[in-house]
Amino acid sequence: MWDDNEEDFLMLSGIQHFNFCRRQWALIHIEQQWEENVRTVEGAHLHRKADQPMLREKRGDKLIVRALPVQSRRLGISGICDVVEFVRDSSGVPLAGEEGLYVPYPVEYKRGKPKRNDSDRSQLVAQLMCLEEMLMCELKVGYLYYDEIKHRVEVPVSEADKAKVKQSLEEMRHYYERNHTPRAKTGPHCQSCSLNVVCLPEMLERKSVSSFIESRLSE
Amino acid sequence: MKKLLNTLFVTMPDTYLSLDGENIVIKRDDEIAGRYPLHNLEGVCTFGYAGVSPALMGKCAENNIGLTFMTRNGRFLARVVGEDKGNVVLRKEQYRISDDERRSAIFARNMILGKVYNSKWVVERALRDHALRIDTERMKQVSASLSETMKLIRGVEQLDILRGLEGSAAVQYNSVFDQLILQQKEQFFFHGRNKRPPLDNVNALLSFTYSLLAKDVTAALESVGLDAYVGFLHRDRPGRASLALDMMEELRSVYADRMVLYLINKKVVNDSGFVKKENGSVIMDDDTRKAVLKAWHERKQEKIMHPYLNEKIAWGLVPYAQALLLARHIRGDLDEYPPFFWK
Repeated sequence: MWDDNEEDFLMLSGIQHFNFCRRQWALIHIEQQWEENVRTVEGAHLHRKADQPMLREKRGDKLIVRALPVQSRRLGISGICDVVEFVRDSSGVPLAGEEGLYVPYPVEYKRGKPKRNDSDRSQLVAQLMCLEEMLMCELKVGYLYYDEIKHRVEVPVSEADKAKVKQSLEEMRHYYERNHTPRAKTGPHCQSCSLNVVCLPEMLERKSVSSFIESRLSE
Repeated sequence: MKKLLNTLFVTMPDTYLSLDGENIVIKRDDEIAGRYPLHNLEGVCTFGYAGVSPALMGKCAENNIGLTFMTRNGRFLARVVGEDKGNVVLRKEQYRISDDERRSAIFARNMILGKVYNSKWVVERALRDHALRIDTERMKQVSASLSETMKLIRGVEQLDILRGLEGSAAVQYNSVFDQLILQQKEQFFFHGRNKRPPLDNVNALLSFTYSLLAKDVTAALESVGLDAYVGFLHRDRPGRASLALDMMEELRSVYADRMVLYLINKKVVNDSGFVKKENGSVIMDDDTRKAVLKAWHERKQEKIMHPYLNEKIAWGLVPYAQALLLARHIRGDLDEYPPFFWK
């Protein structure tokens, strides 16, 4: 429980970084490093539409809300959902100022296409958990919209998914409190990482500096 | 490694720099003297005194373009810095090290090791390339003594001792620096370092290139989140970029001294470009300063193999690479700070 200290909340979006690479998350969220590259600029562009908090649309049974701030005191995270669609449904919950009952579906916008790893998914699951807590309901489905394929993918969310997110958040908390930047597991994903030039992943696998110095001095 | 973009040097004194959309516009007497897109620029360095518009300053800060003000003589005046990266964890550790003289010495000794190593190889290179023109006996002595000094530096844990060793290595290196000047010897000679003001052509060139290097190193340190003003070997002094001076030590000979030798030996500069003032101080004229900046900028674009990273990078990114490695060591990723060993 992180109840009273919103200052110490972790950023919800960090969970995606963390599941992509722990070190990438630490470089951004602990060391506050950020390098723009083509991908991050594309990402920002993609979010321009989603990121309009004043836009609120009603389409038939749907109420579409953009850039909705969410948090979970239980998990100690806060962030912003790109889009949340509230769909009128008798199994839903009442919303202030609206008639009827609604079920919320978070929609997270991503560049590229569906990924093999779980990083995008984990962010959506965390959003879902925030909505559950704030609206006192239970949710089972969210959506990831991919720019490249231009449509959304339905993501069913199980209890196991939620447990995994909790586990990640515990680990993140652990690093965060020690201000510790873990070492990276290097791999092909390093090529697409926007922090490659700060992280220097190859450096982590190189021989020690001491032996580098000794070998130079004995020339 | 990140990409090295261009630096725009503005040397005309009466120019005003302003912003127009995504471009920097250079005005002189209300006439437009130049216009460049900002996205190609890594830095803007102005030696003029008419100024820069606040809008341009804001744009540079926002886009991480280093905007630096220098005096006509190339002395650093000020830099526009944007929002701090706020990497307090890194900085606090830097301050803890700086407060602890023993830890400072251990950090500083690798930088000094780099300095002595690099000056040794400047000497060795002269021995290899110009054996017929120089006093090889003397040069070999100096090279050997620099090697001896390096062995001693490796184990130092006290700043005073480190300073002593650095000083004696500098005396050795300076004692043969004049021999590295192979052209225009009548007008370009080195009989020791003087800087406030420089009293001969060579010292004027050294001062100018050192201040360019200091500007690059300061910007590199701050871009990785370090505080350029809190040093290890150089202790705190108001307004002094001590950490930049520390890190400069290893780059002076390979980056700046060799540039000065190149300018003289290839006759890029000549005596008529230097003005001797009544009090003996020497300043460069505009054309000479321009020639130095041009050569400096060209050198920065040349690719080299970084000795530790084993990666091809532009010379101009060497300060950035070293700053990054220093930050990574302070954060505990590396067992030591790897100096830039160049030969």
